[in-house]
Amino acid sequence: MLFISPHTYIAAVLFLCLMGFLYWAILRGMVNTPSETLPTVQFFSVFWIPVFFVVPLLTMRSIAGERSIGTLDTLMTTPISRLAVILSKFAGAYLFYMLLWLLTIGFPLVTEKLYPNAAESGALLQVEPLVGSFLFLATSGLLFISIGVFASSVTRSQLVAGMLTFTTLFVVIIGGQQMGNLADAGGELSSWAVAAVNYLQIFEHLDDFSRGIIDTRPFFYYTSTTFLLLGFSTLVIEAKA
Amino acid sequence: METIPSIRVKDLTRQYGALTAIHKVNFTVNPGEVVGFLGPNGAGKSTTMRILSGIMSATSGSAWVGGICVAQNPHEVKRKIGYMPENNPLPDDMRVVEYLRFRSRLKEVPGHKLRAAVKEAMEICDLARTARRKIIGTLSKGFRQRVGIADALLGDPEIIIMDEPTIGLDPHQIQGIRKLIDNLRGKHTVIISSHILPEIERSCDRVIIINRGRIVAAGTSNELREEFLPSNRYSLIVEGNDTAVAACLASRGIDADILECTPIAENRSELNLRVENEGNLGPQLIQILSSQREFILHSLASREPNLEEIFLAATKRSWEETIETKPKISA
Repeated sequence: MLFISPHTYIAAVLFLCLMGFLYWAILRGMVNTPSETLPTVQFFSVFWIPVFFVVPLLTMRSIAGERSIGTLDTLMTTPISRLAVILSKFAGAYLFYMLLWLLTIGFPLVTEKLYPNAAESGALLQVEPLVGSFLFLATSGLLFISIGVFASSVTRSQLVAGMLTFTTLFVVIIGGQQMGNLADAGGELSSWAVAAVNYLQIFEHLDDFSRGIIDTRPFFYYTSTTFLLLGFSTLVIEAKA
Repeated sequence: METIPSIRVKDLTRQYGALTAIHKVNFTVNPGEVVGFLGPNGAGKSTTMRILSGIMSATSGSAWVGGICVAQNPHEVKRKIGYMPENNPLPDDMRVVEYLRFRSRLKEVPGHKLRAAVKEAMEICDLARTARRKIIGTLSKGFRQRVGIADALLGDPEIIIMDEPTIGLDPHQIQGIRKLIDNLRGKHTVIISSHILPEIERSCDRVIIINRGRIVAAGTSNELREEFLPSNRYSLIVEGNDTAVAACLASRGIDADILECTPIAENRSELNLRVENEGNLGPQLIQILSSQREFILHSLASREPNLEEIFLAATKRSWEETIETKPKISA
């Protein structure tokens, strides 16, 4: 359903236009004020901008759309398990989300082709931060897409599912950062509380990944919450079919 | 050897909070039968069908499909059932053939049989030449219904359940679907729910009437006729004083009631007569009525009560019974 729907391709075009513009803006900024940070690292540090609109657009239809037009009923009469329904919805949206991010490799490639002088330093396509950032996107994407699928499973309105996904993503991404700021400002938090706050800081995870520090804790955070949310989604469609 | 019934339902009850959608429903459907499920809106038809197809669970009671208990093994039951839900939901963005192939894969049709299975279902529903590559969203209502029925037929299920398959169709399309159901007779067990009563009467071997969550009648049209409207009915056209007809028959020992009197022309009316006496009274009635001076008999025809009248009588009886069984509130 995801790949035959025009909505998906509209979301893809919007995503690529926006990311293209951001990449151009970053390069332009670097021309005016030279920076220590690599353009790739700067580019991936604004990952949250497209996440806020692409993830709701890709996932809001998944279950809520099927429920509102009634095709969830016909799906439930086939001998496939409810977990398989949820996993396939999740896999479709997740793979498309990753495909969109993979397409953004085109931006440095195009820049290199058009401006060979700029590429001489090799800063545009440095492999390590690219791999680290993609690894971060792949693991954090698991959580973001599962939030979308879960939000879509609890309602029959696509609009409500979209709003719910957006709000939850906002809380998860920005809320974690704000908690980190509060912890820094307070200064009196015990060590375990600091550890807990750091555990939830998605921006910190991105920093680590893009510097090549692959920690198992973020992996555990993203995968365990993903399993939990997909499990809940299965229970919800089991009960609300 | 005793044959296993296609569907057996025992004391099936489903409650939505305080509301009881169906209450202790019992029925059996034998292999190869075409059974009509009748009932007013909110009677519990769709709930029963949803429980049978494994989408919803029952609050209490049991249902067996092809000898398998729905609650214990819903997966196996789904392999035996082709279900077309109410309003026939379809994805508007897909092409007919794509959708049917997708559904075949979901219904575990083996890869090498997939094309043949889709082709056969489309041939049966007359979609192969006309609508094969069309996008579902652009199809007319009749074609959409056919796509829904083709989907229910995929995977050659033992039992086909269709919730209101003829709703919103024109008479030509209804005739097409009736032929289709006739083709399925004997090969599949078919359960249809419908509001269009003549449709059920023509297509179904047996009828189950459900009202307010309870089965109020079950049997062939003839059996129901004898149970609910046992008296003879006649339709006659008289010219003159139509009120004298009942009195004239009573004077000859025939207990008759005029159910309906419709004036059709000046001084001429059509009467709908119910006669309590048994046996064929046609010749006797003609003899009595044609010799009267107060009116002239133009025509007399025996009238079989149709399913609509049986349905009304059965649901009315169930309403009366429920009112009688309700505890009276003392003042």
